[in-house]
Amino acid sequence: MNEIVIETENLTKRYGDVLAVDHLNLKIRAGEVFGVLGPNGSGKTTTILMLLGLTEPTDGWARVLGFDPMRQPLEVKSRVGYLPDQVGFYDELTARENLAYTAKLNGLARPVAQRRISDALERMGLADVADRRVGTFSRGMRQRLGVAEILLKHPQVIILDEPTLGLDPEAAREFLQIIRAFKEEKITVLLSSHLLHQVQAICDRVGLFHQGRMVLEGTVRELARQVLGGAYRVHVRAVGPDLSEALRKIPGAVNVTMLDSNFYRVEAQEDLRAEVARVAVQAGAKLLSLGLEEPSLDEVYTRYFQDLTPFPSPSEG
Amino acid sequence: MIAKPVREGSPWRGLWAVVAKEMADHLTSVRMGILEVIVLLTAAVTLYMALQNLPSGTSDFLFLRLFTISQDPLPAFVGFLGVLVPLIAIVLGFDSINGEFNRRTLSRVLAQPIYRDALLLGKFLAGLFTLALVLTAIWLMIIGLGIFRLGVPPTGEEVARGLLFLLATIAYGGIWLGLAMVFSVRFRQPATAALASISVWIFFSVFWGMLVGLIAQGLGRGIAGQIQLELFLARLSPNTLYAESILAILNPEVRALGPLLLVQFLQLQHWGVRSPLPLSQSLLLVWPQLTGLIAGTIVLFAIGYVLFQRQEIRA
Repeated sequence: MNEIVIETENLTKRYGDVLAVDHLNLKIRAGEVFGVLGPNGSGKTTTILMLLGLTEPTDGWARVLGFDPMRQPLEVKSRVGYLPDQVGFYDELTARENLAYTAKLNGLARPVAQRRISDALERMGLADVADRRVGTFSRGMRQRLGVAEILLKHPQVIILDEPTLGLDPEAAREFLQIIRAFKEEKITVLLSSHLLHQVQAICDRVGLFHQGRMVLEGTVRELARQVLGGAYRVHVRAVGPDLSEALRKIPGAVNVTMLDSNFYRVEAQEDLRAEVARVAVQAGAKLLSLGLEEPSLDEVYTRYFQDLTPFPSPSEG
Repeated sequence: MIAKPVREGSPWRGLWAVVAKEMADHLTSVRMGILEVIVLLTAAVTLYMALQNLPSGTSDFLFLRLFTISQDPLPAFVGFLGVLVPLIAIVLGFDSINGEFNRRTLSRVLAQPIYRDALLLGKFLAGLFTLALVLTAIWLMIIGLGIFRLGVPPTGEEVARGLLFLLATIAYGGIWLGLAMVFSVRFRQPATAALASISVWIFFSVFWGMLVGLIAQGLGRGIAGQIQLELFLARLSPNTLYAESILAILNPEVRALGPLLLVQFLQLQHWGVRSPLPLSQSLLLVWPQLTGLIAGTIVLFAIGYVLFQRQEIRA
């Protein structure tokens, strides 16, 4: 179950003077949903292209499902489904014809291909428009057709590059459902995205890319602990004496902020709600509410880049 | 430093899937339809003119004359081909790679288990097959109408020469297809690629002849040297190679190629010495031109191949 399906060691890509990917060490296990975050030009797409053998690493190596993408790209590409950012199809062909071409390129026999195409279109809710030209499709439909194309291959690994970019909220939400379904089927997913709360909602682990390096890696909670200090935040509303000092004394509390009169935020490394409640009551305050706030990736991301660079790095689009 | 890794798996996997898809695209596209109509009209008009102007009495190689006889305002069918074949080839090739790029289908297609080799060669072959299909259809039509009007079947040698003519024409188209594909890899905008291809074509068909004369006059030593240099330079142009090839293939009387010898030939003809060369001798005469055309096609494809392999596929 926990076998490693994607592994890189010191993977490096240099374009002239620019290090697009800088000594990347990455391990993704089977069945995991791994989120790749980072500003534009931080090396996410380049990494993906190297994993697929579509661009050559300057140094280091990668293994995908035990294959070397440089030496055995066909083995890799027949087992990995890839949805590029801004996926394009042949507008003058129908959805079914587009998929038939992909099936032929994958060397699928005709009867198998026809069955898989129908299944994939059905699953993506495109069965009704299967014989319409793709030129008439909306962006969301194209994106779903891109997923249908991936499904054709029955892949073991799926790589999605900014799949929700340019989708309306409803379409983006549907897309997340699709990724969840992959997770239930135990397919390993590598997802690159800007939409942080979505990444947080579906990814088991997250890697934060910055200037070609993976600067942070782990679960959202681990990242929050590293960047924000406290991974847990307890919000307390209690009328009565000032509780700041008392709260600060709780073992495990990292920081206490008074956000408003009678309203405090306690940052901690573990869930301290019980202790906070006890302290408040002992101090003679009237406890009105007590809430635990999950650390948000949004905050981690913003804080990390605020601390790191006073100016946003130039993006390459 | 480790040695460069050797790729595994056939570079031609998926080749025929690409060829089939591209050919289907070409044959159903509007622009090919337009060109086919033009070619068909040209063939019909020139064939009609040729039939009107066939020399009276029995003459040898009547069928070959169908391709070469012209009536004054209009050039012969072969003359039209010199213009139409590059045009068709450029239309077939100018957006082959950058078109995929701009439609954002390139990364998706290359993420399938095929090598780039298969995609590029598949597109090239599809263009060449389409061109061959169109030309063969026209060729068969002209021969067919010729049989119908002349009432005699073509001789074996006429068929053989006709086929060689077809082959030379396809190879000539291959050069322009290769060129258009090089530009389609090099330039991101299809319009730029089309313009660049057409510029090269205009350069060779209009300006090269003038330039060659000027250069030869400037650099050639003596009359003989000038003519030799001029001939050498002129033969760098695919147009010259093609014109010389079909001149010798379709006119069995042609015994030598090149300006100086052409004069001798005309004199011989004037004096009534007109014994046709056998096919093998004509073939020997145009062998360098034919191989030149095919070699040019291969070289251009190779340039496109190298450019494409090195290209980054991300936007």
